[in-house]
Amino acid sequence: MMLLSMFTKPEKLSVYWTRLMEEMVQLGVKSLGIVILMSAFMGAVIVIQSATAIDAAWIPDYTVGFTAKQSIILEFSPTIMSLILAGKVGSNIASELGSMRVTEQIDALEIMGINTKAYLIRPKIIAAVLIFPVVIIFSMAFGFGGGWLAAFGTGLIPEDQYIVGIQTFYDDNLWMITYALIKTTVFAFIITSVSSYHGYYTSGGALEVGKSSTNAVVYSSVLILLANLLLTQLLLI
Amino acid sequence: MIEVKNIDKSFGDTQVLHDVSFKFERGKPNLVIGQSGSGKSVLIKCIVGLHTPEKGQILYDGVDFSAMKKKEKKKIRSQIGMLFQAGALFDSLSVIENVIFPLKMFTKMSRAEMLDRANFCLERVDIINKNNLFPSEISGGMQKRVAIARAIVMKPKYLFCDEPNSGLDPLTAILIDNLIKELTEEYNMTTVVITHDMNSVLEIGENIMFIYNGNNHWVGDKDSIITTPNKEVNDFVYSSKFLKLFKEKMN
Repeated sequence: MMLLSMFTKPEKLSVYWTRLMEEMVQLGVKSLGIVILMSAFMGAVIVIQSATAIDAAWIPDYTVGFTAKQSIILEFSPTIMSLILAGKVGSNIASELGSMRVTEQIDALEIMGINTKAYLIRPKIIAAVLIFPVVIIFSMAFGFGGGWLAAFGTGLIPEDQYIVGIQTFYDDNLWMITYALIKTTVFAFIITSVSSYHGYYTSGGALEVGKSSTNAVVYSSVLILLANLLLTQLLLI
Repeated sequence: MIEVKNIDKSFGDTQVLHDVSFKFERGKPNLVIGQSGSGKSVLIKCIVGLHTPEKGQILYDGVDFSAMKKKEKKKIRSQIGMLFQAGALFDSLSVIENVIFPLKMFTKMSRAEMLDRANFCLERVDIINKNNLFPSEISGGMQKRVAIARAIVMKPKYLFCDEPNSGLDPLTAILIDNLIKELTEEYNMTTVVITHDMNSVLEIGENIMFIYNGNNHWVGDKDSIITTPNKEVNDFVYSSKFLKLFKEKMN
């Protein structure tokens, strides 16, 4: 119902365009720092763990790069990063809308004759669906970068072998990235719509805003995990 | 003029408003008074369309709000200004952007024209050189005045104020009351003020409805309210020690 009522003609297109741009910065660009940091470290850890685990002479060194690539593209960047974004972005959305609700800012918008769901929620959903895939591509790139630094820094495997591993089954990579981006788009929709729902329908005071924020993260995370399983079955099997 | 006729509103099993009728006149402040929880805010929210009453009519200049088409409702809403209890200024926008907001959404004014109009309204409520501050950076009284500036920026026909001076010191409260009265006369608006502050009642109460247990229990003005024999009104009016002493002296 909430989503359906968002699809109305905007009161003023230019204002909605500005809102969309602001949300892209707020939800996407401002999340890049934490995503890049986590991806680089996780990439490095994956390489070190894989290299120490696959320590047999008969397994080629490039297997470490291959394993890192599979982990980062298929699961780490789209799913784990989306779970992290559910925490960061989801709680941010729910607390923002929840505070607006309890301080009557949403009522003020409604009295002005503005479709508050369309004005407040629609730009968030569209922005996240558009910008999260870009954020996840950054995550993949920095994950590989972190892995390369680990390979280079620790000397556990030769750098060139790591890069060979990354490039193995080159033709499959495109489909893997497409699969990851499809998942990310679905997760972006889940995070923003679930969090917006919890924030928008907050009632009470500051305590309830906190509860909405927690619920937004919990429900988004659970739905991401379920959607992950479903999409993996649908797209990979 | 706004007229409410036989309004009923319940939440679950609790009936908050029961058969409320009243005429809010144009060009003067109309006060809705009563104890906390008596249904004042629910009534105002029914009038502006945030709640839908189960029964009764709300007439804006003779036209039934509930029978209006979506487009007509939107038009009426563009003629409404509302001042909320806590101001309800948008946290993420500066003072000037808060005031400009309705103009941005509903007019085709240029940026310069919008700034002119917003600055005029801010000066009218005596907010000067605060344009770039955010709501959290100004005092409660200033927030209320900025909210009034935002409410009048579209030159509304109807102004609603939900406890405009709650949380303010007596001097600032009187300033806000007088400002509401002046603006009501200046713009010839139908102004509805919800309050339980007797200072406001005595300052600007030209047309008063006293709500008691969801009913409009008593109707009068600031002169008749201090002389009425109505017990519930008396209990409300003379609940303050100061007014009680005043009454004893007068007697």
